This record gives sequence, C-alpha cells and structure tokens, in this order.
Amino acid sequence: MEFALQTENLTKVYPGDKLAVEDVSLRLRPGEFLTMLGPSGGGKTTTLRLLAGFERPTSGSIEVGAQIVADDERFTPPEHRRVGMVFQDYALFPHLDVKRNIAFGLRNGKRDRQAQVKRMLDLVDLADCADRMPHELSGGQQQRVALARALAPNPDILLLDEPFSNLDSHLRAQVRSQVRSILLETGTAAVFVTHDQQEALGLADEIAVIFEGRLLQVATPHIIYNRPVNSQVAHFIGDANFLWGEAHGWTASSPLGEIKLFHARTGRVQLMIRPEALQVSLAEEGMPGAVEWREFHGHFQRLGLRLQNGAEVIANAGVDRFLKRGDKVWVAAALPALAFDANGDAGLGEPRSADASIKSS
Amino acid sequence: MQPSEVIPTHWRPFGRPSASLARWQVGNRKLAQAASLVVVSVVMIPVAYLIIGAVSAGQEGIDYLLRARTMRIAGNSAALMLAVTFFATVIALPFAWLTSRSDLPWRRMWLALGLAAMVIPSYLTAVTYGEALGPKGLLQQLLAPLGVERLPGIKGFFGAVMTITFVTFPYIALPVRAALLHCDRSLEEAGQSLGLNRMQIFRQIILPQLRPALLAGMLMTALYTLSDFGAVAVMHFNAFTRAIYLQTNAFRMDKASVLALVLIGMTLLLLYLQSRLRNGGRHYRIGSGSARNLEALPLGKWKLPGLLFCGAVVFMGVGLPLLVLFKWLAGHIITNPVQIPMTLLMRNTVGVSAVSALVVTLAAFPLALLAARGRTRFDHWLVELAYAGNVLPGIVIALALVFFASQHALSIYQTLPLLIIGYAIRYLPFSIGATESAFAQINPRFEEAARSLGMSPWQALLRITAPLARGGILAGLALVFLNVMKELPTTLILRPIGFRTFATRIWSSYDEAFLSSIAAPGFALIVVSAIALAIMLRHDDFAH
Repeated sequence: MEFALQTENLTKVYPGDKLAVEDVSLRLRPGEFLTMLGPSGGGKTTTLRLLAGFERPTSGSIEVGAQIVADDERFTPPEHRRVGMVFQDYALFPHLDVKRNIAFGLRNGKRDRQAQVKRMLDLVDLADCADRMPHELSGGQQQRVALARALAPNPDILLLDEPFSNLDSHLRAQVRSQVRSILLETGTAAVFVTHDQQEALGLADEIAVIFEGRLLQVATPHIIYNRPVNSQVAHFIGDANFLWGEAHGWTASSPLGEIKLFHARTGRVQLMIRPEALQVSLAEEGMPGAVEWREFHGHFQRLGLRLQNGAEVIANAGVDRFLKRGDKVWVAAALPALAFDANGDAGLGEPRSADASIKSS
Repeated sequence: MQPSEVIPTHWRPFGRPSASLARWQVGNRKLAQAASLVVVSVVMIPVAYLIIGAVSAGQEGIDYLLRARTMRIAGNSAALMLAVTFFATVIALPFAWLTSRSDLPWRRMWLALGLAAMVIPSYLTAVTYGEALGPKGLLQQLLAPLGVERLPGIKGFFGAVMTITFVTFPYIALPVRAALLHCDRSLEEAGQSLGLNRMQIFRQIILPQLRPALLAGMLMTALYTLSDFGAVAVMHFNAFTRAIYLQTNAFRMDKASVLALVLIGMTLLLLYLQSRLRNGGRHYRIGSGSARNLEALPLGKWKLPGLLFCGAVVFMGVGLPLLVLFKWLAGHIITNPVQIPMTLLMRNTVGVSAVSALVVTLAAFPLALLAARGRTRFDHWLVELAYAGNVLPGIVIALALVFFASQHALSIYQTLPLLIIGYAIRYLPFSIGATESAFAQINPRFEEAARSLGMSPWQALLRITAPLARGGILAGLALVFLNVMKELPTTLILRPIGFRTFATRIWSSYDEAFLSSIAAPGFALIVVSAIALAIMLRHDDFAH
C-alpha cells in the first residue's frame, strides 16, 4: 500500500451552487501526519467530512488504503471505510462510560475487545478512568478518550477536526504533544484540521493550505513558511514584510536597497521578507532608519522600523542590545527574498510542484 | 429552559424554527420519508372528508353557512374564546409572578396545585361547578340562612367562560413563570440605575421579555377554548363544538362539515394573527439566563391579598371540583350500594390510552426525525401536514372519521382501531413536538461518531439516538396518554357500542342526571392523570 489516503479532484457543491470544495487532490503515506490549514469556512471541515463519508462528493474520488470509497459510481458509507474521526467537541456518548465508549467500534469477541480497550486506555494513559462517565472527565481527558475510541478499531487513517480548539491554551500544548506521540506509536496516518498556523507548523509532516475550497499548496511546514507559492499563503502563514520592488534577474531594487532573490524574476514584484531575515545593526550596513516601537519576546525583540525613505518594516533582533523608540539603526536583508508577481504568484510552478521538492529535501 | 420549551412543544404555527440543526445521515432518510408519508396520508383523511362533506352539501350548505343561526354560533365561539383568553391572562399573570418572583409563602405548593388544575378535564369541572353554583347548589345552601331561595345559575356563556378559564389558566401561567425566572436580572438593575420605578420597570423591561411566553400561552388557551367540547356541552352554550356534536349525532354530516370548516377557518385565522404578532416581537429575546439567583421581592402588606388570591385560584381550579366529587362520593356510598364495574372502566380507559399513546409515539418517530433532520421542501411539508391535529378539534376529527368509515370502511366503523386512529390524528403533534425537541438536543456528531465506528444508520439510531432521546419520547408518551384519557368527544362518537371509559361514564352519568355516580370515575381519572403528569414533569422540568 503506497498511500493510506488519496483523493483526486475532490469537489463538493452544495445546493444553490455553493462551492465548498474544489478539485482537492491529496496523498498521504501510512504513518504520515497531514495538516489542513486555512481560514474558517474555507472548506477544511467539508473536506474532512467527505473523507469520513458524512458527505457525498459531487465529483472526484477518494481512496482509503488502496480501496476506492467514493467516486462517480461508488459510495462507501462511513461505517465501512476504516476511517476514524475525532470531533471538535469530542462527541463522547454521554450515556456510556469510558470503556464502553472506547469499545463501541470493536466487533471482535468479548475477550479481545476487553484486551483492546485496556491497550487503548494504557496508550492514552487513562487506565484509572475506565468506569467514569464522560461528564466526569476534564477536557484533556475527554480529548484522549475520543482519540482512544477512534483508534481502537485500528483505522487506516484518523481524521481530527480542530481537536484542540476546546482546550485551554496551556493544556493545548500538552495534549498536542501527547496526541502526536500516540499517533507516532500507533503509526496511523492522520489528517488534522486547524486554523491555527502555529499548531500546523509545529505538528505536521505536511501542511495543505486550503482557501475558499481550493488547495493552494501542499508542502512541509519548512517550505510553506519559506517558499509559499503565492502571496495568499504568504499572508496567512507567519509574519512578514511585503515590499514593492523592481526585479531584474537575481536581484531586485527595493526600499531596502538591492536585495537578492530566491530565483530570477523581472518586472514589478512584491517582495516577502520575514522579520528574522532582516539584520538590524548600528554599523552602517544597508538602509538607515529609526525604531518606531519595540516588543520584548524573551529570546528576541521585535522592532517596528521606519526607514529614511519612508518604508516601514518589522524585524527581529537579538536581545544583546537594548533598543528603544527613536534609536537610529541600519537595516539590511540577510537572506534572499521571495518575489511575487502582480498576480501574487511566486513563480515556483503549480501548487503540486512543491510536492516534488519535499521528496528531494 | 426557554419558555418555548415549557408547554407548546407540539405547537408550531406557520413556519418552523430555522432549518435543520444537523445534516441528514446518509441512509435511513428514505425510510423515514416513506413512513411519514403513510402517517400523513392517514392524517389527511379527516381533512379530505370534511371538504367532501361540505362540497356535497352544495347550495344547501352555503345557505346553511349563511343562516343567522350559524353566524350566531360563530359569534358565540369567538366571544367565548376572547373572554376566556382575557380572564385566563388576568388570573395567570399575577399567579405566575407571585409563584416566581415574590416572597409569598408556600410558592411551590401553590404552583403544584395550580398545575393540578390541568389534570381535571373541563367537563368534570363544568359538572361540579354546575352542582356547586347552580340554582339549588352548594352555594345556595350556604346562603340559605340569609334567605336566598334560588341562585340565577351559571348555565350558558358565564358558566362556560368560568369553567374554561380555570381549566386553561395554567397554559399561560406556566410559560410566563418560566420566562419570569429567566428574565435577565441585569436589565432590571440597569433600569433601576436609570431611575425607573417598580411599575416602569415592569412595563418597560419585564413585560417585553415575557411577550413571547405570554403570546404562546394565550394562543394555547384560545385554541383550547375553540376546540373544547366538554365545558360548552355541559353548560349548554351553543359554540361550534356543541353544534357539530348535535348535527353529527343526528347524522347530518353535510351540515356538520360546514360548521367544522368554519371552525377550522377560525383556528387558522388565529394562528395567522399569532404568527404576525410573534414576528413583530422578534427583537425581544430572553437573555441566556445568567446563573445569578433572582431575589424574591418582599410583598409586605400585600402578602395577605397575595395568599387570598392564590388560594382562591387554586380553590376554583382544584378545590371546588374535588369538594363536589367528595360530596357525591359520600352520597353515592350511602344511597347507591350497587358497584359500578370500576375495574372494567379502568382497564378500558388505561388500555385504550396506553395503546393510543404507543401508536402515536411510533407514528411520530419518523416525522420527528424529518422535523429535526430533514432539509428538503418535501420533508418540511410532510411535517407541517402532520401537525394538522393542532387545528382539528377532536369533535371534528371524529365527525370526519365517522363520515369516512360510513362511506368506505364500514368494517372499521365503531371499532377500536378507528377510535385509536382518531386519537392519533388529534395528538400526533404533541408526540412529534416532544420527540423532535429531544432529537434536536442530541449532538448530531454522536451519530456521526457511531457511523465512523462501524455502525449502520439503523444501529446508530437504536444505540445512540434512541437511548439519548428516551426522556423526551417518554414525556411525549405520557402527554398523549394524559390527553387521550381525558378526551371526550372523540370517544363518544367513535367508540364501539358498549365500550365505556371513565370519560364516557362521567358523561353518561351527567346525561342521565345521575350525578353521584360521577364521583368514582372522576376520582379515578384524576388520579391516573396525575400519575401521567408526574412522569411527564420528571422529564420536562416544568417547575424547576
């Protein structure tokens, strides 16, 4: 089995011609962890529901574990898909205790069932809570029961719909890493939906960025961050400076002076430079400017700078030197910039081509 | 608890709360639609036959419709409805306020006794009022030492209004009380801080928040009044239901159908007006109910009047009927040693009510699924049509079914199945409402989770949805049971010959003026009803 999950041109149109998902093609290897990232209402959850079988695709196909579960002719109902699901609100059955919730999807004999429930309880570290009712558990515990319940029948893929959004921020980081290590342990491929880019960048093997029902880019967090295919993705992921400039080959003239480009372009371009790619110094290097504001982040400080030529940029600086409002500084781009043309395209090729670069990296 | 959850769950005039909460689970939808279609076809039989009956009357029917007598009946019904709604509101508002927001002693007791008025059927209340307040009744006997030889009596409009007012005031008091308990206290505090006095706060802040609950309760009362048969029959007040009964008994189906259609027209008009009013009041929303305790307002010197008021209301609603029943019971034992076959009556009443409640609940199940989950226009219309029972008084359904059976289904005429169908059509909305709201409270993700864990749609329904909705379904079952047991006109017209229930027994005793034999079936009916009500309340948290 090469892929645990494969979709081709998956499209869902709701009555009234409302396009929810358009031409989404995804591939997921066994054990891989894919994150779908995008703004709310962008089609992530619909995609997940299509994969689970709660919605019927308008066109396109879905393959789970080398079996076609949905295409133009076939439609496998959710109960025959071997797809597990962890819901945003967990959806633990309120009238069943923890062990019955976990055992719910198990079809084998009683003894096997008990053994599997016990394995799952150990896996999620809730062996003490087997007889409790869902409402007697904390949010983090409910989350882990939901995970155990979905994993118990050994699904080919696990779908998680914003599973951490109902948790407090301090609990979230903890549960997130627990879930990650549990999934690593079981080796289950997982598709995980979130609108939180920090969560996506930190957790995923691969990120699929979805906007308005369309897949904009599928790549590793590293590539999504450093080489977004277009300015939409770039604006969504992380903070960055976007400056207009004139490209001529491998360099471009910009408010920051002549800066290097990732690849050769010509004409008017929008340049993306991450705050950490700017070098702020007192030495006369780059363009002169002054500190407008400053935020202290512990291991770095973020500076709002106004250049003498009027441009405004944000930059990260080390904490070895304390800068304050009004201080004169020099700013230079330390790394090559990514250039988007007038259409917002980075010129890196089709969204899929980013996929190729994962394999080489 | 929103006021809408309090009583009128079966209640949904013109248009439903916005679309489905959950997306339909791929699978059992076709089956639910097919089953619903069968149920709705049965529900539509009376409507169809009323129209056929009225049309068959032809010109004669139109003449009959336009006769002064028919107009007078319509005027009677309208006047009765307006008077009852007015007086019930006048009683219910202070009653609701006193039992929720004041420091009146024994508030819970007053509330419970007020609720008890709901288990006494209107014909029983009417008969006991007649006995107590009639020309030579208990009141006259009390006043005799003062030289009162004879009272004017209460038959007619006055008696009908009084009876139905005390039977229906809980329909208004309960939702209003729930709304009062859910009023956003901070709004009142804001009013106080802006310098409003008590009266201004009530008029400008509390009353607008009560509006939806008050309107719902008043509508329930008005509809009940239009459809009530027992009280107007006992009080000899010529409203539609009584006139229809008399025509049906004389087998003048065409005339009865004409009258029934006018009655339904009035009901629909009322619903239409109510939906207009309700939409006008949309911007008033009951706050989500902050958890803060509402402090009871001290009554001070008004405590005694408050107690007297609640005492009087409860006495009229429950005390007087029970008192008269006790009097009859005593007289019955002394003067009439022959035992009525109470066990037979009990078996018939409870048996037919239980079977009907089960039938109705089963029939309501697919419709409640459609109501909670359906999203096509077809689903929507099926559910709307199934609610027809709300605008068809029992007497009208019975009339139409007699007409239908005598024309096409003589084999089921005057059999139990036809009687049960009659009950089912009348009370289907109650069960759909209760079951639907139980479904709507269940997270649709539960069923999806079950599906992704390998359950078929049916298994998910049986193992997840049904157990979780059990409380609501049971409450609906009890509600139907309670109402079928009290139902008089349907039973009188559709029952098999010789089939007696508590209700028919009370009626025939009244009819034969053998009043003391009302006592035993009367008490039995009240006790069984109270048990059903208690089951219902346990699952519905009416009274907090």
